[in-house]
Amino acid sequence: MATANRKPLYLDFEKPLVDLQERIERIRRLAEENGVDVSDQIQQLEERSHQLRQEVYGGLSAVQRLQVARHPRRPSTLDYINAMTDDWLELHGDRRGGDDPAIVGGVASLDGMPVVILGHQKGRDTKDNVARNFGMATPGGYRKAMRLMEHADRFGMPIITFIDTPGAWAGVDAERLGQGEAIAYNLREMFRLNVPILCTIIGEGGSGGALGIGVGDWLMMFEHSVYTVASPEACASILWRDAGKAAQAAEALKITARDLKDLGILDEILVEPLGGAHSNPLATAETLKQGIVRALEQLLSLSPQARRDRRYQKFRKIGQFTEGPIESLATSAS
Amino acid sequence: MSLFDWFANRRKSDPAGHSGQEREIADGLWTKCEACGVLAYTKDLQANQMVCLDCGHHMRVYSDERIQQLIDPGTWVALDRDVRPVDPLGFFDRKSYSDRIVEAQSKSGLIDAVQTGLGDLEGQPIALGVMDFRFMGGSMGSVVGEKLTRAIERATAERRAMVIVCASGGARMQEGMLSLMQMAKISGALEQHREAGCLYIPVLTHPTTGGVTASFAMLGDIIIAEPKALIGFAGRRVIEQTLREKLPDNFQTAEYLQQNGFVDAIVPRTQLKSTLARLVRLHHASRRAVATAPTNGARLRDEVMLDGQRDGLHVERSIAPGSIAAQP
Ligand SMILES: [Zn+2]
Repeated sequence: MATANRKPLYLDFEKPLVDLQERIERIRRLAEENGVDVSDQIQQLEERSHQLRQEVYGGLSAVQRLQVARHPRRPSTLDYINAMTDDWLELHGDRRGGDDPAIVGGVASLDGMPVVILGHQKGRDTKDNVARNFGMATPGGYRKAMRLMEHADRFGMPIITFIDTPGAWAGVDAERLGQGEAIAYNLREMFRLNVPILCTIIGEGGSGGALGIGVGDWLMMFEHSVYTVASPEACASILWRDAGKAAQAAEALKITARDLKDLGILDEILVEPLGGAHSNPLATAETLKQGIVRALEQLLSLSPQARRDRRYQKFRKIGQFTEGPIESLATSAS
Repeated sequence: MSLFDWFANRRKSDPAGHSGQEREIADGLWTKCEACGVLAYTKDLQANQMVCLDCGHHMRVYSDERIQQLIDPGTWVALDRDVRPVDPLGFFDRKSYSDRIVEAQSKSGLIDAVQTGLGDLEGQPIALGVMDFRFMGGSMGSVVGEKLTRAIERATAERRAMVIVCASGGARMQEGMLSLMQMAKISGALEQHREAGCLYIPVLTHPTTGGVTASFAMLGDIIIAEPKALIGFAGRRVIEQTLREKLPDNFQTAEYLQQNGFVDAIVPRTQLKSTLARLVRLHHASRRAVATAPTNGARLRDEVMLDGQRDGLHVERSIAPGSIAAQP
């Protein structure tokens, strides 16, 4: 999946890991040139490297996870589709005059079962990213997604969505064509569909743009993915009046998989390989596939009506508030 | 430029610094129009529902006043007044969210940013939700989501038309993802209301933006807006920054949305109640007509007739072909 002859890309906090790996390589080379046996030493260093990786990836902060989630080499929707399905055919167009490349979708076979898969598509390099608008979909993108979901519903095919977007596209055209309406329509209609809907945050879940294909029976999220109500950068500049406070905002907003599981929003966390999804895309795809197959098995045992009721109840329960007589408010407010 | 705008601009440049009147403005006796600068006797303005008598500018109206303007006197029954916000994330920016809640409550006299209830609209029973911009910019958190969802569920159960007066800056960031999920929750409740064949009308007032626009504001069977209300998904500044392009003059106004096909009617506030009442009446009459058609059988027709005779208004829902609505 990873393209060859690219410069190594790593994140700031991965620097000690990269340095250590380079040191190991250097020693190995030197030993070879001088005909010395250093295998014991190398093995020790490799163990140290593994340990360090565990330390670094075991305790990622929210903002570091955000970086992993946005990693340029993090597997994308099309990467996963290619890795885990057969008979994939991409279907194009919203049937309203456009084909937004920021959302891709189509039909495929998953372990022999026909499914419709769709998701946000970020670019693999700068040029591709410009073409894909960095995974920020237009109203047409959301309408294309709904068209594909309706197709799935008509033919009784489960819907699998992959979420990976900084947010819905904010532009004059997007407003003119009804970005709000396009997302809102999806939110409502996804409650109506009879087939199972499975949503996974594979990278970045940015606000309404993520939710626009994110109403389903089962919500999964990779360990280092994030899901935010507003980007930490935007939140920092609004609430802290200082865009430099993004790390603090990321922490406060509770955007990690663990946080969202605790809040009752997320159903399942998918474990990533040590070093993040980009360190082993094929193993990550296998984890995702197994998660989907497992959840589908459960969901397919329910009747369509039971599934829809369950879907509604799942979202119905989300939210935290208290309910009681006004008197107690007076005491808490004084 | 409309004639109103022309007058508004002319008056703005008019140096009308009546310092003697400042105190009376503070006392609330007089109110200055922020569009044309003309002073009006507050009681006259209120009688005109806070629409400037000079230039027609719609001043901000809050939830209590709005309920009074729309619901027949003596028929309002508030719902879920005890549902109160908490601080689920322990959120702290420059101030703690808990403190912000207490502050907003004491400043506005409200518990959160929405009031919901049941009442009559020219004699027809409806459910109404009114957002209040005074409370943290009308932002949508768990309480707004829960109260609106309950009101919609109640409307579905009692086959009432649902009206929501929107006024919101969007999601309440201090509640993080819980806030975003309210968009889905409310939309799900509206799906059931729709499937039950009931009418939903959002009224978009200044401003309606962000997550509210991307959910229940845009899901009406019929969508009404107040003149010149700001309505949009993304913030104007965000768009300007990312594109560095000049925005159309009327960008994100009610008029712009109507031009582009997202608003059915722009209705001045002084005609809002009668317009809503007319729409509710028309749609109930149409359901009565469908319900009394022979294909639906005599039993249902009799029920409708009886119902209609009893209170003259309440009508059993018609059964649309292919409908698979679950009875609540
Ligand atoms: Zn005026």
